[in-house]
Amino acid sequence: MSTAGAPLLEAEGLTLRFGAIPALEEVALSIWPGEVVAIVGESGSGKTTLLRVLSGLVRPERGTVRYHGADGAVRDVHGMAESRRRLLHRTEWGFVHQNPRDGLRMGVSAGGNVGERLMAVGARHYGSIRAEAAAWLRRVEIDPARMDEVPTRFSGGMQQRLQIARTLVTRPRLVFMDEPTGGLDVSVQARLLDMLRGLVADLDLAVLIVTHDIAAARLLAHRMLVMRHGRVVEQGLTDRVLDDPQHPYTQLLVSSVLAA
Amino acid sequence: MTIAAGYNFGYLDEATKRMIRRAILKAVAIPGHQVPFGSREMPLPYGWGTGGIQVTASVIGPDDVLKVIDQGADDTTNAVSIRRFFAKVAGVATTGRTAEATLIQTRHRIPETPLREGQILVYQVPMPEPLFRLEPRVAETQRMHALADYGLMHVKLYEDIARYGHVAISYNYPVMVNRRYLMAPSPIPAFDNPKMDRMPALQLFGAGREKRIYAVPPHTEVRSLDFEDHPFVPIRADAACSLCGSRDTYLDEIVTDDRGGRRFICSDTDWCASRREEGR
Amino acid sequence: MAYVAVKGGEDAIAHAHAWLAEARRGDPAVPELSVAQIGQQLGLAVDRVMAEGSCHDRGLAALAIKQARGDLIEAAFLLRAYRTTLPRFGASAPLDTAAMLVRRRISATYKDLPGGQVLGPTFDYTHRLLDFALEAEGAPPPEPAPEAEADGAPMPRVSGILAQEGLMAAEPASEAPPGDLTREPLAFPADRPLRLQALARGDEGFLLALGYSTQRGYGNAHPFVGEIRVGEVAVGLTPPELGFEISIGDITVTECGMVNQFAGSKTEPPQFTRGYGLVFGHGERKAMAMALVDRSLRAAELGEEAAAPAQSPEFVLYHCDNVDATGFVEHLKLPHYVDFQSELEKIRTLRATADAAQREAAE
Repeated sequence: MSTAGAPLLEAEGLTLRFGAIPALEEVALSIWPGEVVAIVGESGSGKTTLLRVLSGLVRPERGTVRYHGADGAVRDVHGMAESRRRLLHRTEWGFVHQNPRDGLRMGVSAGGNVGERLMAVGARHYGSIRAEAAAWLRRVEIDPARMDEVPTRFSGGMQQRLQIARTLVTRPRLVFMDEPTGGLDVSVQARLLDMLRGLVADLDLAVLIVTHDIAAARLLAHRMLVMRHGRVVEQGLTDRVLDDPQHPYTQLLVSSVLAA
Repeated sequence: MTIAAGYNFGYLDEATKRMIRRAILKAVAIPGHQVPFGSREMPLPYGWGTGGIQVTASVIGPDDVLKVIDQGADDTTNAVSIRRFFAKVAGVATTGRTAEATLIQTRHRIPETPLREGQILVYQVPMPEPLFRLEPRVAETQRMHALADYGLMHVKLYEDIARYGHVAISYNYPVMVNRRYLMAPSPIPAFDNPKMDRMPALQLFGAGREKRIYAVPPHTEVRSLDFEDHPFVPIRADAACSLCGSRDTYLDEIVTDDRGGRRFICSDTDWCASRREEGR
Repeated sequence: MAYVAVKGGEDAIAHAHAWLAEARRGDPAVPELSVAQIGQQLGLAVDRVMAEGSCHDRGLAALAIKQARGDLIEAAFLLRAYRTTLPRFGASAPLDTAAMLVRRRISATYKDLPGGQVLGPTFDYTHRLLDFALEAEGAPPPEPAPEAEADGAPMPRVSGILAQEGLMAAEPASEAPPGDLTREPLAFPADRPLRLQALARGDEGFLLALGYSTQRGYGNAHPFVGEIRVGEVAVGLTPPELGFEISIGDITVTECGMVNQFAGSKTEPPQFTRGYGLVFGHGERKAMAMALVDRSLRAAELGEEAAAPAQSPEFVLYHCDNVDATGFVEHLKLPHYVDFQSELEKIRTLRATADAAQREAAE
C-alpha cells in the first residue's frame, strides 16, 4: 500500500432519496491510493447506490465527492463536465459491473474488448494493442488463442475475467466493483477472488468493492464499511470489524456468515 | 437559358436559402460537425441527392458554372437529371469540365483533376453519421461526437484487421476532420479520401433525408482512420483504363460477356476525355 | 336514447351497405370508372393488389380496386378471399427469369454489362413537379416512345456473373418442393423458400420500412442493387395427363437481386451474399424491400449478430401480411362490451383498494 498524504476520493454528506425511501443518508467516505475498501450490507442497504454516486453515475441530492487526479488537481465529481467524467472513466477509473454483459461489448471479440480502452487513450499500433490484449488475457487466465472469439461463447466466469482485463488494461488508479462475483458459482467465485487479490496487489490499485459476501470482503479489503438503510452503521479495518463487530447489525451480519 | 416560370431562382425560396446558408456557415465554422437543418421536400426523391441539391440551390448564383457528376461521370442518368434541373430552375451555365466549373455537385466521387481555391464541391450524402452501423441511436451518437468518444470506431477497425487482416471498408471510409470530428466522407471510394485532405476548394455535404449539413473548409486536415502498422491504403482496380491508359485513376469495371470478360475505364469521364484529347 | 338496445342491427347493416355503394359510385354526374380503365391507367395499383393478394389476374385485381374504392389493402383482401375458393390443379415449374422478355433492366453495380442497361418506363429520373397538363381531359395519347430493335443478346443475371468469379456465395440447390403458406400454417424455423413466399405477399409498406431500417443501422446491411429486371416470363406447367411441360401464358414480374457485402471469416473467404425479391407485376419498391429483408433474415444462418427487428424471422413473418394485420387491428372496432364491462369492474375494485390503503396510511 502506498502512503500518499491525500485521499484519492473523498465523499461527505451524501444524501439521496428515491421517493420516500432513503437510499443514502449523510454518508462520508475516503479512500487512499492502493487501498481496498469493501462496502457490505444486505440488498437494499444502499451500497450499490453509494457506488454509483461515488463514481459520478448518479447525482446525490446533497453532499460532495472530490477526486484527486493524477495531475494533482482536486475536482468535484458531480461538478465536472460530463466529458471530463467520461474521460476519467476511460482512463484513471475503472468500473466492474456485476453482470459482465453491462461492461463488455458482446458483439466484439475478447481482444477488441480489451483493446478498446487502449485505443480510447490513443494507442494506434495494432500489433502493440494486440500484444497487450493477449498479455492481459493470459493474466486473467484466458487462453490468448481465444482472443478473436466473442464473449458470448465464454462461460460466466470467463466473461467476468474478461471484463476485469478490459477494465485494468489502462492501469486505472481507482476501480469501482459492484458485486464482481455476484452471478457466479461458488467454486468460480473463489478462483476469481484469488485472481483479483493478486492483481490488486501487483498493480497497487485502489478499489471500492460493493459486496454482500463477507468472505470476499475479508479476503480482499483492508477496510470495510457496513451499510444499513442508507447509513454507514460501522466502519474500520476489516479484521477489527469482522472479529469484533460493535453495531448489532454488523454482529448479525457476521454471525449469519459464521452460521452458514 | 431562362428560368422556369413560377419558380424562384434555384427553386428554393429565399427564406429557405438563408436558413440553409446559416447551416452551411455553422458547418464551415465547426469542420466535420453535422448541423441539423430544415430539409425541404424536393421534386426528386430522397436518396437521389436532395441534400446536395438543396446545398447547391442555396449557394448557386447566376454567374456560376455548374458541373454535376454521379459515379464520376457527367452522363449518368442522375447527373443528367440534376444538371437539367438546375439549368431549368436557375438558368446557369453547365459544364462537363472540372477546371471550368465553379460549383460541382457530386455523388460518390471526387474529380481526378485537383480542385482549386474558389471552387465548391457539394457532396450528396445518404447517411451523414459515420457511426450509424455501430450505434444506430442518434441521441447516443450525438453524445459520442460531443465527447469525441470514438473508441467504438477504432474497435471496428481493430476487429476488421483481426478478422480479415485488413480494414474491410472500401467506401465511405471514416475520416477525422481537423483532429476533432469523426466524419463520413459520403460513399466515395476510399481511393478518393486522400483528395479531401487540405483541399483548396470548399467541401460541403448535404444529407436531405437525414436533414444534416456538414463541411470541410479549404486547407483543412482530413485523415483516414488507421493504425500505425496498418496504414490506410487507397484501393483501385489493378489495371489501366482501356480508353486513356491511365494507371493512377479510379476505374469502373465493365462486364463484356458472361464468360468472365472484363474491361476497365476511368470513372471520371471528363478526366478520361481530356487525357485522350491531349494524347491526340 | 337511440343507442340503447341496438337490436336494429339488420337494418343498420343494410343501410350502411347502401350508403357504401353510393359513396363508392360518387357523384353520378361524373362518368363511372370502368374496370378496363383501372387495369390500363392505374396499372401499378393493380400490380400491387395482385402481389399482396397473391393471385395473378389483372381483371380481378382491377375489379377489387373498384369495389374497394381504391383501398388497396381491402382490394388485396377481396382478391385473397376469392383466390382461396379456386380449385388447385397443379404447381407451375420454377419461373426462368433469365429468359425474361425484358422491359427494364438496371444494375447499380456495373456501369455496363452483357445485355446492357435498359431504363424502361420509370419514374426514377422524372422531376416530381405536378403536371397540370394531365388535368385537362381529352388530350390525344402521347406519341409512342422511340423503339430500339431488340438485339436478342443474352442478359445473364448479375448474381451469376459474380458467382462465376467465385465472389458470390452459392445457394444450396434443392429439389424438395417448397412449403405452401396457403395450405400449411407458418412454422418456425421457417426455411428460406417459406420466408420468400411470405415476403412476396407481404405488405409493401411494412417491408419498405423494415428494409429502410436495415439501411439505417438496425441490421447492418451493406446492399447494392446487383440488378432489377422487369418483364414477361413464361409460366410452365406439366399436366399429369401429358407428362411434359407446356407454357400456359406469360406474366409480368419484377425481380431484384441485391448484392450484400462481406460475410465469411478466417476459415471462409469474404464473399458477397444474396438478397432476393420477386413480385407479380411492376413493383420495384416492393421487390427491393423484399430483397433487403430476405438478406437480413439470413443473419442468424450466416453467423451475424441478429438483434434488429428486420433480422427476426418471427417478427417479420408474423407481421408482414396486411390481410392478417388489418384484420386484427381493425377488429378492435367490433363490440367488446362484455370484456370491457369486466375490466370496468376490476379497475373500480383496484382503485377502491388503493384508496383505502392511502386513507389508512394518512391516519
